[in-house]
Amino acid sequence: MASEAHTEEAAGLVFHPMDQFKITPLFGGDTVNWYTPTNATLWMGIAVVVIFLLMVVGSRGRAMIPSRIQSIGELAYGFIHKMVEDVAGKDAAPFFPYIMTLFMFIVFSNFLGLLPMSFTTTSHFAVTLVLALLVFFTVTIVGFVKNGTKFLSLFWVSSAPLALRPILAVIELISYFVRPVSHFIRLAGNLMAGHAVIKVFAGFAQVAVISPLAILAITAMYGLEILVAFVQAYVFTILTCVYLKDALHPSH
Amino acid sequence: MATEAQDAAHGAADAAHAATGSGMPQLDFSTYPNQMFWLVVTIVVIYLILSRIALPRIGSVLADRQGTITSDISAAEELKQKASEAETAYTQALADARAEAQKIIAEAKAEIQADLDDAVAKADAEIAAKAAESEKKIAEIREGALEAVTEVAKDTAKEIVAAMGIKADARTVTAAINARLKG
Repeated sequence: MASEAHTEEAAGLVFHPMDQFKITPLFGGDTVNWYTPTNATLWMGIAVVVIFLLMVVGSRGRAMIPSRIQSIGELAYGFIHKMVEDVAGKDAAPFFPYIMTLFMFIVFSNFLGLLPMSFTTTSHFAVTLVLALLVFFTVTIVGFVKNGTKFLSLFWVSSAPLALRPILAVIELISYFVRPVSHFIRLAGNLMAGHAVIKVFAGFAQVAVISPLAILAITAMYGLEILVAFVQAYVFTILTCVYLKDALHPSH
Repeated sequence: MATEAQDAAHGAADAAHAATGSGMPQLDFSTYPNQMFWLVVTIVVIYLILSRIALPRIGSVLADRQGTITSDISAAEELKQKASEAETAYTQALADARAEAQKIIAEAKAEIQADLDDAVAKADAEIAAKAAESEKKIAEIREGALEAVTEVAKDTAKEIVAAMGIKADARTVTAAINARLKG
């Protein structure tokens, strides 16, 4: 740190675009054990609290004519419920709470991450990797439990000419296993890139000459990031629904 | 002092990162078990909150609202049905009343006509009776007059004959007058 600071001072500009992603223990100490409460833990906890406030406290009135908060909760419910029904099919209804959980966690982590000085849990590969693997294993297990070996017909494109089918099967198999990879890198990568770019512009804002431009750029990026925060949560959720549809109805 | 120590520790950690050649905290695998553990805790907590409390509650609220809307619409439909039924009944009653009135008017007219006919008949009869009586009287008077004429003619003829100085038989004169009157 000391040597780094030295070189940066010499350059006159201080860029720490990746510092915001550092995992630090909340209560001092420097070792991050598996159980240590960290800033990531804190912001996951805040996400839980906010989700609780919106979905449970907001709807406690069970009002026939909803309050504003209850409306938002109902909107989220309707949005995901419709998505699950439309994309994954009616028989995917038992997975609705699970998909709702994923969506609520991602969307709130993304938006909370946009608060200044906050920490974006979904910008970490460790987090999105677990989310993507949860989806991957759920889909695979559900596929085999519901369809047995017929689930493998997902890889056997019966509409293609017979000669092409083995080649397509290999391609399908590869794409199946690449799914979770793209699934987790897309989410974390988008958020990390956006937040890092904002920090880079913030670094430029230290130079008086270009600071108005830099601040304008930060504002524009922030607007874009608000869009990205929602779109990435939406994309993650709808892809989960698409994969789930494959598991429930594996025929092409 | 403590912060300094922490800084120093951070410095060490940074140095370690630099040594591994990675500036991205995302690729610091030493924090992975921690994040994964807390993520799983978070996901489980959110899942429990949503699946046990929030989603059933919101689902039931939405279903209730849908039910209320549906029942309200059907109630409105029913009321509309009732209103149109009432309108039909009203129109029917109006038509009935009109028909009844028409009937009563016709009856009254018929009654009046009957009374009128009766009265006319009675009056005609009376008139006819009176006319007959009058005719009888006239006939009587005429007869009376005829007789009187005969009497007067006889008397006059007798007187004339007497005045002429001819003695005439009363019977002959009468016969002659009768023959003349008949003639």
